[in-house]
Amino acid sequence: MKRTENQMTLERRSFLKVSLLAGGTLMFGLAEREADAQGRGGPPQAPPVPGNYLRVAANGAVTIVAKNPEVGQGIKTMLPMLIAEELDVDWKNVKVEQADFNPAKYSAQSAGGSTATPTNWEPMRQVGAAARAMFVTAAAQTWGVPETQCTTASGRVISGAKSLGYGELTAKVATLPVPAFADLKLKDPATYKIIGHTQKQIDVPEILTGKPVFTIDVKLPGMQYAVFERCPVLGGKVASANLDEIKKMPGIKNAFVVDRPELTAISGRPGDLVSGVAILGETWWHAQKARQALKVVWNEGPNATGSSTAFKQRADELSKQPPMSTSRKDGDYDTAIKGAAKVVEAAYSYPFISHAPLEPQTATASFKDGKIEIWTDSQQPGQGRGSVAQTLGLQQDDVTLHMTRGGGGFGRRLTNDYMVEAAWIAKEAGVPVKLLWSREDDMEHDFYRPGGYQYLKAGVDSAGKVVAWRNHFVGYAEGTTPVTGTIGATEFPQKFVPNYELHVSTMPLGLRTGALRAPGSNAIAFVIHSFLDELAHEAGRDPVQFRMDLLNSEQPSAPAAAGGRGGGAFGGGFNAERVKGVLQLVAEKSNWGKTTLPKGTGMGVAFHFSHQGYFAEVVQASVDSAKKVKVQKVWVAADVGMQIINPGAAENIVQGGIIDGLGSAMSQKITIEKGRVEQTNFHQHAMLRLAQSPPEIQVHFLTSNNRPTGLGEPSLPPILPALANAIFAASGVRVRSLPLMDSGFSWA
Amino acid sequence: MAFKLNVNGHVSTVDAPADMPLLWVLRDMLDMRGTKYGCGIGQCGACTVHLAGQPVRACLTPVSAVKDQPITTVEGLSADGTHPVQLAWLEIDVPQCGYCQAGQMMSAAALLAKTPHPTDKDIDTAMTGNLCRCGTYTRIRAAVHKASEMAIAGTPKNVASVGGQ
Repeated sequence: MKRTENQMTLERRSFLKVSLLAGGTLMFGLAEREADAQGRGGPPQAPPVPGNYLRVAANGAVTIVAKNPEVGQGIKTMLPMLIAEELDVDWKNVKVEQADFNPAKYSAQSAGGSTATPTNWEPMRQVGAAARAMFVTAAAQTWGVPETQCTTASGRVISGAKSLGYGELTAKVATLPVPAFADLKLKDPATYKIIGHTQKQIDVPEILTGKPVFTIDVKLPGMQYAVFERCPVLGGKVASANLDEIKKMPGIKNAFVVDRPELTAISGRPGDLVSGVAILGETWWHAQKARQALKVVWNEGPNATGSSTAFKQRADELSKQPPMSTSRKDGDYDTAIKGAAKVVEAAYSYPFISHAPLEPQTATASFKDGKIEIWTDSQQPGQGRGSVAQTLGLQQDDVTLHMTRGGGGFGRRLTNDYMVEAAWIAKEAGVPVKLLWSREDDMEHDFYRPGGYQYLKAGVDSAGKVVAWRNHFVGYAEGTTPVTGTIGATEFPQKFVPNYELHVSTMPLGLRTGALRAPGSNAIAFVIHSFLDELAHEAGRDPVQFRMDLLNSEQPSAPAAAGGRGGGAFGGGFNAERVKGVLQLVAEKSNWGKTTLPKGTGMGVAFHFSHQGYFAEVVQASVDSAKKVKVQKVWVAADVGMQIINPGAAENIVQGGIIDGLGSAMSQKITIEKGRVEQTNFHQHAMLRLAQSPPEIQVHFLTSNNRPTGLGEPSLPPILPALANAIFAASGVRVRSLPLMDSGFSWA
Repeated sequence: MAFKLNVNGHVSTVDAPADMPLLWVLRDMLDMRGTKYGCGIGQCGACTVHLAGQPVRACLTPVSAVKDQPITTVEGLSADGTHPVQLAWLEIDVPQCGYCQAGQMMSAAALLAKTPHPTDKDIDTAMTGNLCRCGTYTRIRAAVHKASEMAIAGTPKNVASVGGQ
């Protein structure tokens, strides 16, 4: 296999640590060299200790450590599969163990950006391969035969009639030098027994029998249960609260104001502690019940005027004014649009939405003797540890994080605000504390997917070719910094339209925003591919062919386009050939253009590139006269590289992305009035239900000669425009604003 | 107030306020944490348990309303994880995050007890009160059908287990 730049970088700064534990158990691990670890900036790190990815006991038992946070993306199963494959052991004999947070042992430990697959594909296999090579060496030396006469299978080294289990070789292996990664020969994928074969998710038996495996289930001796009342307006502070009355309520152990001026002054930044009132009870319900009697006088501060209606009015005003900034200007848009045969102009918009993982935010913390221990499902525990240390005035080494299973993530757990709250409350209370947010806390205090407005105008020539495109994006900024989700200068179809302009204007926002599954893309794809569909129909062209033609008109002079979020990091940006591959495949699988559908039923298509994944999707939906929508079938074609590591889990998460996107398209919006979020629970921010979900979601993977990349995010973005385009095909109604319910649509 | 509760065949006495939801009695008093909190208003179904065989939302069921009705939670679906619903969920590998699945299985078990051969329509009706934020509905549908097949083809023990909830 061709070695990539990334792989060589890894070889330079990594080496494998091996040590022998008492009882003959071997520990293997990928550790960073101290000099390199310290040379990359940031706070000084502790010297590396022997890593702990792999233990082989004298009796042959194999334990593999899963290093990343598991929030339902399947990483706790997938990363150990990579090690086990190259180690050449039977998956059924592998025990998987969740790592605690320990960057000295495990380097990066996070869950975000669909990055775990591309960043771990090589190093995890190398850990397994290096260990296997050492077992081979140990056996060859034991037998006095050349290594070339030794093979491995099912955790044993074999040479002719001779065979030794890995467990029998641990003492010998501990005396051997560790092979350089560059010298390792990785398996031929054709021989894979674990990778590429569906392995069930590791924790499923415990989940199905109700074992306490989730973060909400953590319980410590003497623990109290906490709720935390925050100001409904971001940045608001407690002026006074009836704490004496609350403390007298049944089952209430404690109640106090949480405030720290120098930190709350900048509230809104991830990890910052906000002002509020903590109530601790003997059960969570006691604390939550006491909140009903809690009376807080708030100083609401400057954000108490925010209003969704005003945002919309301001966006319309800004769209008519000269843009605040120009991100991209290719060719001569003004001349080209005048010469276009057909011109389409449209205003698109989408709302703020909430992550709402089904397990509400929770963390358990225990502070003792100047140190704190926290049980957390953070997607970015490293950042969380820093925030806790800073907020409590501790050294990072005094903060221990146990990584527990999260009931969903979707980007919400990238911010560690609730971990910091739990830490602060536990320290102040002097007892172990489990903080649990109510669903209302969650929906009213999220880091929301930002809403946005896009004002587009484009023209096609008489041959149906897109000749001019202008987009004025109106979004939000904190200070002068645009919030996450602001469209990038190289977003598709930049580079495929000769005369292209992208402008950005922003307005101030008093609301926390953050990354939600496929950030940016989850809204931008809806706009771009709905508008492209408008152009295709205006030009009288088939929507698939129209897109193919566009993909074939790459402008040679322009610099490489990223074309979507998460592009560029692992082997290049937007690749038109890979898009065409999935578009062609989804057209074939859906029998696009060849199916006669009844009146009121239509098919819509869209594609999107994000997080290194290429996805094209077709929706077949019916729409009746009452605007009731039924999604009958969805076809997905995906190119995420050369290898689908765990096919069953891959299909599951792709289908989940489709269902997630359909739900947000129809029903989800967060609106603000007087600086307050108006939605409180699932009845006002609905996700898709089983009866509404498509009877069939076909998933087809197109393998390509590219590094395997992640699946947590990229299946979602195209489903929104594919649905909107199917609704147009079925009903003739073009929806330019999300959610669809605001245009009168609902699920059949 | 003292309440005597029969949970999964074991009788316990708890001292709880009369309006305390069964969900929190189970989780924070009886240490049975398999039943999950998702919304507190009966919207998500993560807290579904059986009360005298009927699926109910434990977040909306005051402990005082239980009286002498037996309670079954996910921990009591079977002694050893062999209820057909559990076996089917395992075989289909339904969960992603898994947080909703206890509630999903309790709704499915109640459906199968009443309707051993459910149609897709029956499944839609019985299961649509259970949200899955990860979107595993395709597999949930398949797993309910699978559990139905397993229960019918299964050992007498499994059949009894389905019928007995």
